[in-house]
Parts: sequence; structure tokens; C-alpha cells
Amino acid sequence: MSLDHETLVAFSKSWGLFYLIALAIGVVIYALWPANLSKFHVAKQSILDEDDKPWT
Amino acid sequence: MVAQLTSGERQLALVVLIALALVGLAMGVVGRADPIGVHGLIVLVLSVGLTFLVLSSLYAPEPSAERLSQYYDDPSKVGIILAIVWGIIGMAMGVWVAALLAWPDLTFDAGWASFGRLRPVHTSGVIFGFGGNALIATSFHVLQRTSRARLAGQFSPWFVLLGYNLFCIIAAAGYFMGVTQSKEYAEPEWYADIWLVIVWVTYFLLYIRTLARRKEPHIYVANWYYMAFILVVAVLHIVNNLAVPVSLGHAKSYSAFSGVQDAMTQWWYGHNAVAFFLTAGFLGMMYYYLPKRAGRPIFSYRLSIISFWGITFMYMWAGSHHLHYTALPEWVQTLGMTFSLVLLVPSWASAGNALATLNGAWHKVRDDATLRFMMAAAVFYGLATFEGSFLAIRQVNSLSHYTDWTVGHVHAGALGWVALITFGSIYSVVPWLWKRERMYSAALVEVHFWLAIAGTVVYVFAMWNSGIIQGLMWRTYNESGTLTYSFIDSVVAMHPYYIARAFGGLLFLLGILVCAYNIWMTIRMAPAVQPTSTADLPEPRQIPVSPAPAE
Repeated sequence: MSLDHETLVAFSKSWGLFYLIALAIGVVIYALWPANLSKFHVAKQSILDEDDKPWT
Repeated sequence: MVAQLTSGERQLALVVLIALALVGLAMGVVGRADPIGVHGLIVLVLSVGLTFLVLSSLYAPEPSAERLSQYYDDPSKVGIILAIVWGIIGMAMGVWVAALLAWPDLTFDAGWASFGRLRPVHTSGVIFGFGGNALIATSFHVLQRTSRARLAGQFSPWFVLLGYNLFCIIAAAGYFMGVTQSKEYAEPEWYADIWLVIVWVTYFLLYIRTLARRKEPHIYVANWYYMAFILVVAVLHIVNNLAVPVSLGHAKSYSAFSGVQDAMTQWWYGHNAVAFFLTAGFLGMMYYYLPKRAGRPIFSYRLSIISFWGITFMYMWAGSHHLHYTALPEWVQTLGMTFSLVLLVPSWASAGNALATLNGAWHKVRDDATLRFMMAAAVFYGLATFEGSFLAIRQVNSLSHYTDWTVGHVHAGALGWVALITFGSIYSVVPWLWKRERMYSAALVEVHFWLAIAGTVVYVFAMWNSGIIQGLMWRTYNESGTLTYSFIDSVVAMHPYYIARAFGGLLFLLGILVCAYNIWMTIRMAPAVQPTSTADLPEPRQIPVSPAPAE
């Protein structure tokens, strides 16, 4: 298979399109998954700690 | 500071510096008839100077093991100072090149002071010198706090910071001598590019190794942005700078790409430099310092994740909007235009997320100029990304392209967003790093804020006026179907706006001078370790409420 312009266009119009959409759906599912909400809540609160030393 | 390194790290530093000095010597000898020889001399002098610094403390006692129970902030402190120094140099150069456009005699008949050589000193000075050092310094600070882990090693942070500044010095010195690849934001030649790859890969490995030893299981979103910045800049830099040098003793090289492929590669790089250097990294700053300073968690963590992936994937395709109406295939131009439009969604999601975080804390924004810097940055981020999507539309671009409107747009982003978020972050982090209760003068922060806002507004309005007038003059036809105005007519019409622009830039420069003085006096203040203030001071160890680390 030669790597010419047509091949690249065909690849990007099929697989390129598919992986971008799959990734977008995956990201939205991960972000909105109800079980992740508590984890996100802890994450955004944790930076506000006044603790300024590495945990051991 | 060398005494803080372990003896093994001091020896490693010595080996690296001597090797670098030898490389500098070789460059000086092989390239003695070429600008590369001057660069070799600079490398030699700087590495020998640092060698003596390391030698002076080579046999100092080992640092105490107590350091491991603290974060390693020395590189961040030096990085912040370097950022301010580069900011002053870069912005002063900006005022000079702006003045050159209004009064061309200011080159004083010197080759090194011509517009084409001074301009990249300005752009690289502010983007890489000011922005880059601020990104490296804050990334080390944020990474350690959000990972609850000390940086992995003490040598590589210094290698990254000082190696990066060596790159900046080589770049600026080269521009004065006329060394350039003629690629926007990628002007430095092949040997500087190779050096930056080594430094950047070390930076990435340092980030990954520190993350690997994190005690906080979740990787906070600011780190995602910083990592995207480091990783993508490496990819962009390597691909766009693929080139073959004329010889090893010659600064000149030829790009691996030619014609429209070269243009497309360059603007894929150039626009993603805006995306991942000037946006992703600074969003990392925003997602940490804005909630921290406001004392409120980010409005929506979910939205920050969605906008992260949106920005990461959409920006990659937007570069071709720089090449509307060129030899680039039209479908590629349309692709760039479309992605630039869609990009508005994640951009406004980030800007909105920042402003919604402040909702309920507006009294703090009113009273605290540091927080107001970050609020204004988010507003300018929203404005600049809207303008960017708008300018990427092909028909709008036909009016705006090659005019000062583009320059105004860039500065709405660079002054309004990048510099304001950086100043807000610096004013937050300086008292934390140096363990001071607050900045030396809150009034001077206030003065700086208004100088920066006034400077940005004057600058951007001058360029909007100038750009739209230019664009219209270039496309106005008379009854006989020929152009009404000659090019020089449009140049004459720009004169008052160029004076206004130089004045706006001068205000912004005065602002960073006030900032430098304030930081200097803060560092000189006595450390305020009073029991009443607990802000960022070491506290007795507490059991974390979140999932407890295993060790």
C-alpha cells in the first residue's frame, strides 16, 4: 500500500473520524459518570487545604 | 543553593557543565567564522561560570534529611525572578519595535537594531522568556502541591530551568546577529533546537516521575493542562524544526519541508504554540491559583475535564486558518476554519468556569487586585477566543489578514490573558514561596493592575482601528476599477495609531517595572511567621480525609 494523498484522506475520513467521536463520547461519559462525582468533589476541594508539606 | 544539592548531584552538575563547556568550545572553534562561534563562546562562558559556582560549594556538608519533608521551591523562586527579568527585557523591546513603526529612525542605522531583528527578540522574550519561565516555575509549584510529593530529584529541575534559559539567551543573541530560520516563534537555528529538545524531554520526565510518586491518588486538572503543554510543545517543536544544517560549523540550516507543506507545518506549529504554550499551560495556572486565591473550589470540575479534552483535540486542526487564500488546498483551509469555530465552545467553557468560580466572591475581586488580575484574564480569554474564532472565518479573514487587526488580536490574548493570569499567579505565589505574609505593597499591585488594563485597552483599540482602516483601504476601488489608495497611503494613515500603540505598550511596561519593585521589596521583607497567619505555613501533620495513602 503506497502512502499517497488518497490513502491518507481515506484513513482520516474513516478511522480519524471514528476515533475522534469515540474519544469525545468517552470523555463525556467519564466526566458525567455519577460515581465519579464524589471523586471530583474531593479533588477540587483538596487544593484548598492549607497543608504545605509533602505527605509521607 | 548549591549546598542544597547532595554531593552526588553536585558531581553530576559538574560533569554536565564541563561537557557543555566542551561543546561550547567546539562550537567556538569549528564555527569561528560564523555566528555559531559567538554562540559557542556564550555557552562556554555561561557553563564555566556555573562550574565555578558548583565548585565553590562542592565540599559543603550534605544537606539535612529534613529537606525531604518539605517541597523543593528553590527552582520556582529563581524561575519567577527570571520570568520578571525576561518580561522587562521583552516588553521594553516591544515598546522599541512599536516606536520604530511610528518613528523609523530609531534604528540608529545599526543592523542589529533593525525591525526584523528586534521583533523576534520581543516575541521570544515575552513568550519564551517571560511566559516560559513563569510556566516552568509555577508548574513545579503546582505539581508538588497537587501531588503532595516533593519533586523527583534536585538536579533535573535546575537543568530544566537553566537549560531553558540558555536556549532563550542563544535565541535572543542570534536574532541580533541575524540568525533565524524565518519561522514565526521557531526562529532559533538547529543547534539551539536540539538543545531545547534535550531540556524539554528532561522536563517531561521530571513531571512524570514526580507524578508517579504522588500521594494524592487523583491527578488534579491543572496538572493535565501543564502536561498537555509539555508534551505537545515537544511534538510541535521536533516536527517543525526538522532541518538539515549546511555544515556542523554553520548556523544556517534548510527545512525538511518546502513550499506549501512548509507553510502548513509552520502554522500547525505556530497556532498550536498559541494553543499549548500560551493557553494550556496558563489554564493550568488558572485552575490552581484562581480557586486557591479566591478560597473557593472551581465551579465545575466536570466542565474543566470536558473543556480540557475539547481544547486538546480541537486546537490541533485549527492552524490552517493562518493560510486562507493561499496555495493550501481549500478543503484544508475550510477544515481549519471549522475547527476554529467549534473551538469557541471549550474556550468559553473554561472562561465561564473561571468566572462562575468567582460568583459569590465578588467582594474579594473588588478588594484584592491579585484576584482581579485573574478575573480580568478570564474575561480577556473569553474575548480573545471569540475574536479568534471570528477572524478564522474565511470572509472575515479576507479583510483582517496581513493587517494590524491580527496584531491587536494576538495582544488581546498575550497582554489581556497570558500576562494578566501570570501576574495574578505571581502575586499569589511570591508570598507563599518566600514565606511572607503578603506582598510588600497591596497599593502597588493595584497600580500595576490599572497600568496593565489601561495599556492593554489602549493597545487593542489602537490596533482594531488601525487594522480595519488598513483592510478597508486595501480593498477600496474607484469607478475605473483600480485601487483608490496606494500602499503608502495606508502606511501614513496608520501613524497616529502606531503612536497610541507604543503608548499602550509603555503603560504595560511601567506595570511590570512596578511589579518587579514590589517583588524585590517582598523578598527583602522579614519573614512573617506569626501564629495568627496559617496561610501556606507548615502545619502539624493531619490525617487526610480523602482516601489515605498506603505508605
